[in-house]
Amino acid sequence: MTQSRTLYEKIWDAHVVERREDGTCLIYIDRHLVHEVTSPQAFEGLRMAGRKVRRPDLTLAVPDHNLPTTARIDGQGQRIPIADPESAQQLAALERNAPEFGVKYIGATDPEQGIVHVVGPEQGFTLPGTTLVCGDSHTAAHGALGALAFGIGTSEVEHVLATQTLLLKPSKTMEIRVEGTLGAGVTPKDVILHVIGVIGTAGGTGHVIEYRGNVFEEMSVEGRLTVSNMSIEGGARAGLFAPDEKTFAYLKGRPMAPRGADWDAAVAWWKTLRTDEGARFDRSVVIDAADIAPTVTWGTSPEDVVPITGTVPAPESFEDPTKRAAAEKALDYMGLTAGQRMQDIEVQHVFIGSCTNSRIEDLRAAAAVVKGHKVDRRIRQALIVPGSGLVKLQAEKEGLDRIFIDAGFEWREPGCSMCLGMNPDKVPSGERCASTSNRNFMGRQGPGARTHLVSPAMAAAAAITGHLTDIRELTGEEA
Amino acid sequence: MEPINTVEGRAYPLGVKNVDTDMIIAAKWLKTISRAGLGKGAFEAMRQQPGNVFDDPEYAGSPILIAGDNFGCGSSREHAAWALMDMGVKVVIAPSFSDIFSGNAFKNGILTVVLPQEMIDRLMEVAKTDPIHIDLEAQTVTTPFQDRFRFEIDPFRKSCLLGGLDEIGLTLANTAGIDRYEQRRVADQPWLVPVLA
Repeated sequence: MTQSRTLYEKIWDAHVVERREDGTCLIYIDRHLVHEVTSPQAFEGLRMAGRKVRRPDLTLAVPDHNLPTTARIDGQGQRIPIADPESAQQLAALERNAPEFGVKYIGATDPEQGIVHVVGPEQGFTLPGTTLVCGDSHTAAHGALGALAFGIGTSEVEHVLATQTLLLKPSKTMEIRVEGTLGAGVTPKDVILHVIGVIGTAGGTGHVIEYRGNVFEEMSVEGRLTVSNMSIEGGARAGLFAPDEKTFAYLKGRPMAPRGADWDAAVAWWKTLRTDEGARFDRSVVIDAADIAPTVTWGTSPEDVVPITGTVPAPESFEDPTKRAAAEKALDYMGLTAGQRMQDIEVQHVFIGSCTNSRIEDLRAAAAVVKGHKVDRRIRQALIVPGSGLVKLQAEKEGLDRIFIDAGFEWREPGCSMCLGMNPDKVPSGERCASTSNRNFMGRQGPGARTHLVSPAMAAAAAITGHLTDIRELTGEEA
Repeated sequence: MEPINTVEGRAYPLGVKNVDTDMIIAAKWLKTISRAGLGKGAFEAMRQQPGNVFDDPEYAGSPILIAGDNFGCGSSREHAAWALMDMGVKVVIAPSFSDIFSGNAFKNGILTVVLPQEMIDRLMEVAKTDPIHIDLEAQTVTTPFQDRFRFEIDPFRKSCLLGGLDEIGLTLANTAGIDRYEQRRVADQPWLVPVLA
């Protein structure tokens, strides 16, 4: 055990319950987040087999995917039922399953409710050096705090509930190093979109990414959550940041974080969670921070990125014939033509939210752009959906809600909202949305919906101008 | 998962080739929150045909299904196995199965028996009037008429099915190992147990 190890290897080694001959390991899971969509059959499976949840104290359930983001309580203080019967049924199942199996449950109308990946860090449920899983691919987000976190399927959800372990094969390791100074208007969202553009959506397949270099070291914890969240869009099941003083400051005093002597002991261990000098990564990607511009997607894959100052690429510009065909299909779906300036593209919808960009720093960045402006008249819907009830409260305390509402935005209840077209918030077919979410897949925001992934500041800028906009021009910053 | 060893009873003589998982359970049943209860949606389209084997009282509640080549092809939906389980089918006999389906069936304690087409033809004959007997331990399918067909099965799957061990069951067989790990972790890092209000 004296050989140099990466951060990933250190966390992995600390969680091996049993190592098998073929290299598969039984890995202990420290934290399990549960939501309403991928858990019903898992609980059902336990019930049918007469099994219990092994560690309900390490499990936290929160509904987020299906919940409408409109008011949840009426004027008389009564809960407003969900209109869609299937969504209502999935929510009701979680409300039944959590108490039946003794799992802590944050309900739809509780102030702490929110998107699982916002709630986990916010509550101090997510901790450095832990293994954390959830039946959702954006679980990668929690790697921002130095947790080995990844998404799992329903049968694995059941396995974790019953055994608090998973059978896994070790991943390969990949470092992504961004060094130098970021330009004006370049946010963590732009950094990760640029990274995905460089490595491609399959670039990280089979790997766990560790984000390294001064840009990531200087980034806030919330910025790191945005970056790690989209690791899965680069093909990696998990992303990692070495925990540091910023991480500790973020976590200290959170409701479920350790306290007193426990806190000191935890921090002492967390400080050892760094990739050793001389440890080897299977793959290394180095990016110059100066190459990263405010970035926007043009196509239907998160790797289809271009600087906001750029143009829609011509399919012929791709050498790979499958990529060329994909680009043709994407342009057709997106209703764009090659050579069109990105900044000339008009949008009808703006969505600021999702587990990628719905935290207080995201809302502050958007509000700073919006302040003193109005949403353009051509915009049909501009939504601000805080990632949790606590983010919403904090924003209201700071008066951000007034800035948004006065400008013409809708100020909503927390949830996954327009990120995934699973609840009433959808982009109509053929219409275009500047969105702070994570996936621009065909139909992701609703059948026929056209998505451009952007940072919160750029989404706010698009709402004001009615088209994709270089944030630096709007705020008078030098490109 | 329920252990399975000997199964005796009538068999649905379906015999059809390429029964895909859409035929076993249609997409509209996938929005359910439960694995149970899918039996009522099983083979829905086939059941609309008069004289189908599933609604023939002769075969009601049969624990065995006899099918043609490539049973369970198509979508990976585990609901197909859940639907069969819910209708009480414990064994499916066919000349071949899709990999995904046989994996899903195994996970849910359903035995898939592969036999050559001529033996299937014989079993289809017998099934119309008499019960069929399956012995997993001995790896045989027998009839009251002295037919005795031996089948092959992966030894790991066989032991799991005999012991009623699904993947969770297998992991739980090592509960002592998990207990030891937990005790060590909690001793080293007591802060890992979250403060739950």
